[in-house]
Amino acid sequence: MIVEDINILIKHGKQFIPDVTKAEVPAPFRGRPVITSDSSSHDNALMRLCPFDAISSQPLRIDLGKCGFCGECELAFPSTIRFTNDHKIASNTTEKLLVKEGVDQEITLDENAIRNEIQTFFNGSLKLRQVSAGGDNSTEMELGACGNVNFDVGRFGIEFVASPRHADGIVVSGPISENMAEALRIAYEAVPSPKLFILAGVDAISGGIFKDSQALDRRILNEIGVDLYVPGNPPHPLTFINGILELTRKKYRRI
Amino acid sequence: MKTPQIHNGQSVALDKIKPLTYQKFYDQVVSALHNDNVHCVTYFAYPDVAKYKFVCALANDTDHTISILSFEREMDDDSPLESLTAIHNAMHIYEREIHENWGVPFENHPWLKPVRYPFDRANKSNVINDYPFYKIETNELHEVGVGPIHAGVIEPGHFRFLCNGENVFHLEIQLGWQHRGVENLFIEKKNQLQQMVLAESICGDTTIGQAWAYAQLIEGGAGIEIDQQTKAERTIALELERIAIHVGDLSAMCTDVAYQLGASTFGALRTPIINFFQTWCGNRFGRGLVRVGGSNYPLTNELVAKLNGVLDAFEKQFDLVATRTFNLPSILKRFEGIGRITRNQAHQLGAVGMVARMADIPRDIRKSHSFGAFSEFEKPHHGTGDVHARAVLRRLEVKQSIRFIRKLLVIDRGEEERKPNYEAKLVSNQLTISLIEGWRGEICHTMITDAKGRIKHYKVKDPSMHNWKALELSLRNLEISDFPINNKSYDLSYCGYDL
Repeated sequence: MIVEDINILIKHGKQFIPDVTKAEVPAPFRGRPVITSDSSSHDNALMRLCPFDAISSQPLRIDLGKCGFCGECELAFPSTIRFTNDHKIASNTTEKLLVKEGVDQEITLDENAIRNEIQTFFNGSLKLRQVSAGGDNSTEMELGACGNVNFDVGRFGIEFVASPRHADGIVVSGPISENMAEALRIAYEAVPSPKLFILAGVDAISGGIFKDSQALDRRILNEIGVDLYVPGNPPHPLTFINGILELTRKKYRRI
Repeated sequence: MKTPQIHNGQSVALDKIKPLTYQKFYDQVVSALHNDNVHCVTYFAYPDVAKYKFVCALANDTDHTISILSFEREMDDDSPLESLTAIHNAMHIYEREIHENWGVPFENHPWLKPVRYPFDRANKSNVINDYPFYKIETNELHEVGVGPIHAGVIEPGHFRFLCNGENVFHLEIQLGWQHRGVENLFIEKKNQLQQMVLAESICGDTTIGQAWAYAQLIEGGAGIEIDQQTKAERTIALELERIAIHVGDLSAMCTDVAYQLGASTFGALRTPIINFFQTWCGNRFGRGLVRVGGSNYPLTNELVAKLNGVLDAFEKQFDLVATRTFNLPSILKRFEGIGRITRNQAHQLGAVGMVARMADIPRDIRKSHSFGAFSEFEKPHHGTGDVHARAVLRRLEVKQSIRFIRKLLVIDRGEEERKPNYEAKLVSNQLTISLIEGWRGEICHTMITDAKGRIKHYKVKDPSMHNWKALELSLRNLEISDFPINNKSYDLSYCGYDL
């Protein structure tokens, strides 16, 4: 009955986030961490504690490409490390992913490292092929959620497509298992040039908790330049969407 | 000597498990499995000096016990073992895995196919691109190969359809693409926080289920008692995970039959549940919530009030959408009678969890080998084996989980500190088994410790190990276009299987 449908739709209401570039994720969401500067005495304890080996010292810093956002460092040393709810943490260089002691600064993209063709070809409709290479299905679900009624990334003309031939780039999730390495390479090669190469989630960026496993084959990363790193375990849909927008469209870029 | 019997989450000293001769082991397993209420929760081999030691755990759903049977043999012994699969099909996956990992030969196993091509497999000349698919040589049939990379944003697996026109004769699913060496990493990572994080990453859509299986294992292995409040919180988290995935799957099933209203509205209902996880512990999948011995994120009064509100709003809309969806003739036409497997088939392939229940086998670890706060859990639902049964089961289980969470929310909550223990001291030379009924079904983690109390062997079994075969059987004699709805109605795990 149409009446029932209308009732459901009224109750469903407006689900979409009106402006995904301004949306906030409430605490206790763990986004960009901040390290206070008078903390050198804990350095070794913090480095030992971090299950992802994301913390190093002199100066004390957290590599967001390695960080699994488990928050254990904050729980153990709340006066030294504090996770903010700043979810805009994607960047295009590994240097930008380093959060250093005493520096409370937004994570931005390095404009000089963005290839010119990215702004020329990809600033409108953007079709991406997602490849899970040992992913645990959490990053995949969050990438899928980017297209749901809440985040609705389709409003920007951005969507995931089935064939790499129809795609402008590849989004990798997972630590790149040896068994998927060849399939990933074939999919990347099947995308027409110019193309994007994006790593989503801590597993893809650094191997995450699997980094020492002998079952991985990450050699493809020595050959292909990465256009965007999207940190998180898994990355929040807003992290991914804002990262893509900043990479491909100048007007969304924070300087 | 009596066969050692334990309960879920308990340990047994290795010297209490006397190895049998293979013949005795075989006879006992075969006869035990003739009882429908007994099923094998894990069966594996591990190397010990110059021997392989075999461990088989049989769970009895009636008396709630788990019996441990064992045998051993020299590593260089290459005489074949008589296959249990020849009598009980459900054992096929365990024997294939033992064969693949250690090269142990079995006689009269129907086909010792590779399971996941682990990096440390016994026979390195077996490679993933050369999987021995079942073939029929004829001009009338054709093959359709799909994957490992699929059309959607999902994990990889290769599906090979043998088709007669539009109809599927036979479907074979080849997995292993996601193999990350999880079990080895549990042994290599000496730090328990790393192991905990690893458990959360076995299968990201079952974070709570897998994390709890690990936590319960370590607690059992170290003799750590868990307070009622932590048990209740974990139980609530596990049921929230079930609700979130079930409603997400109902949305996806609506998508696959082109019912847009159901797809959008069920899909939107998943969001408040996973966002509640984020409010609770900072992560939409519940990462960080489960820790050995306690919790960093107590469920405060404020959170309880919030969860009550979330569930009330959820249930109202869920009831509206579900009532509408399950009364639509166009939905019923696409769900009913599609992809049916019989009770007998499900029994033979050792189906667990949802897949067992939808095929009329009321198997549920929450009831049979209770853990957490499930001692009062109600009778599980069950169905008639088709896509419709899998959809209806999700609907009923969502409602059941909401009812159960509400019961736990009224428990008087203590305010004492329940800090996690990251350095639990494991008792040496023992075997511990932990079973959790995740949303897909029975998760089994098994651990063997050495003389110094370190993890010597770690075994993970995801429910999908058994249940993928059910999807294969479901497709027989269906149109190939019915594959997506069947696949989604099972929603099995790739990474949980591949490890």
